[in-house]
Amino acid sequence: MGAVDPGILRWLEKEVADTLVAAVREMPSIPVPPSALEAGRNQYSSTKILKELLREVPEDAIKLLGITGADLCIPILTYVFGEAQLGGTAAVVSLARLRQEFYGGTPDRPLFLERVRKETLHELGHTFGLIHCRSGDCVMHLSNTVVDVDAKGRNFCTYCWAVAASNAGGGRVR
Amino acid sequence: MTMEKTVNIMVVDDEEIVRESLTGWLEEDGYHVECAEGGKKALELLPRRNWDLMLVDLKMPGMDGIQLMDEVRKTVPDMLVIIMTAFATVDTAVKAMKKGAYDYFVKPFNPDDISLTIRKIVDHRKLVQENLFLRKELMKQYKLRDMISKNEKMLEIFDLARTVARSSSTVLIQGESGTGKELLARAIHDESPRMNAPFISVSCASLTESLLESELFGHEKGAFTGAAVLKRGKLELAQDGTLFLDEIGDISLKLQMDLLRVLEQREFRRVGGSDLISIGSRILAATNRDLKKAIAEGRFRADLFYRLNVISIHIPPLRDRREDIPLLVDHFVEKFRPAMGKEIRGVSERAMRIMVDNDWPGNARELRNVVERAMVVAKGNLITEADVSLPSSGLGANPGAKSLEEIEKEHIRLVLSENHWNIVQSALTLGIDRVTLYNKIKKFGLKREGVAPKE
Repeated sequence: MGAVDPGILRWLEKEVADTLVAAVREMPSIPVPPSALEAGRNQYSSTKILKELLREVPEDAIKLLGITGADLCIPILTYVFGEAQLGGTAAVVSLARLRQEFYGGTPDRPLFLERVRKETLHELGHTFGLIHCRSGDCVMHLSNTVVDVDAKGRNFCTYCWAVAASNAGGGRVR
Repeated sequence: MTMEKTVNIMVVDDEEIVRESLTGWLEEDGYHVECAEGGKKALELLPRRNWDLMLVDLKMPGMDGIQLMDEVRKTVPDMLVIIMTAFATVDTAVKAMKKGAYDYFVKPFNPDDISLTIRKIVDHRKLVQENLFLRKELMKQYKLRDMISKNEKMLEIFDLARTVARSSSTVLIQGESGTGKELLARAIHDESPRMNAPFISVSCASLTESLLESELFGHEKGAFTGAAVLKRGKLELAQDGTLFLDEIGDISLKLQMDLLRVLEQREFRRVGGSDLISIGSRILAATNRDLKKAIAEGRFRADLFYRLNVISIHIPPLRDRREDIPLLVDHFVEKFRPAMGKEIRGVSERAMRIMVDNDWPGNARELRNVVERAMVVAKGNLITEADVSLPSSGLGANPGAKSLEEIEKEHIRLVLSENHWNIVQSALTLGIDRVTLYNKIKKFGLKREGVAPKE
């Protein structure tokens, strides 16, 4: 959504396909909906973006993931890394706060990609009905800061994987 | 991931997008979330669930967040409320916190702050629940039937009572009035193999000598004037159960001798009868008098004392085990609550302090009466100091009395009653000698209810 480095999208497509053992397809870019802009905050409402995304779901897809460079928030929170419909179809992840540059650091592409991977799997996990996991080794562990993101594991724990698989109806996630 | 009790959160905000996004965000954390767009709806939702937390917007049309918090507290006094506001002023923040809000968040808030706050609340509530459970478990250890204590001496008594319950030995229970001598006797009976047989209690002080004699031994038809039918005495009625002789220190020397014979021979005759009836029951006796002193003064037979005192239990007065007062207060509140028809949840700190500091001359029985009365007069669901009415000692007792003589009479009557008409003790308290006290009793025409004063 909006301008996103195609290299990131291609890399992510493979990571998600390999991890979820599912078919993943990149869709043409759409603009970040201007109606989602939060006045005076220079941020976009992730809740409103999800609503827009839902109109774009192709017939053969069970999930639709939006990737955006825009900074996201919900009205009562200063920011979010992403948002998903719990047990639903759509999820969105923002790249803005996953870059070291955002915090005044020097660019670190491997670290950035690792964070994108974790937050993408995390939001997709929510669409498979997963809630936050107590295990720090699980990608579903709650992470409100990049420190949390870096600390948690990069995959689903056995329990979350089983729950997600059962919620997916044994179809595409094996 | 661990299986835990679901945490229920209610979100109250007039803005739909706030309700929707906050709900979504909280649900991702595994909480059960329901929303209300205003105070009215929130109060409707309130009784439907056991809510752990309410997130309430401060500014809403109609009822504002603080008003809603006040309303909620009327039915759920310990509800945790977090106030959210977009219009942050120090004044409203202070007001919300003073009104008892758990926390105060300015919109938009940092996701980490709210995550940590909610996690802290959830963990805290889990601890509180665990603590309650453990306390109840612990309470079981503090209990012997209807008695409750965590005083070391009392716990030893509970242990001893459980042990002696298995035997048939005579037990002499000593202790001030109201300490629970009869409760202990009942507990011994209930813990004993005799539990299904009768527990028969006789209050020896309330009857005259001849009445008590017929009460204990029964009488044959025509044994004396008025004995129109055969009457079985308590000794007979107790069968294989327990006979509890309360206030044994108050019986006459003649009855003491009769009783001694019965205890030694384990058989007796009805008044006016000739057949010997054997005794199957176990004898427990109690007194609030100092029997050793009574022996020294020739008012109690030493041989009967030793016969009764096979096992001796002395219950300490309540003022010597003040740690039991809060325990007993809670116990009585729990006990009376069902009959009161109101949800008394406990006792205010100040009310409890007053009760803990009181000396309780009437011991646990007096405390029980004070708690019962407080529960009757309590207006809210907490007993406050205003509800606790302690019997004022001395002059305040009778505001109607005017003359010095009236006050003197009232004071003597009070001291006598507090000492259960123990003349020596009362004289000591009043700082006069026994003869003077007797003269004053005669002068003021004071009488012990139903019983003539005796030494």
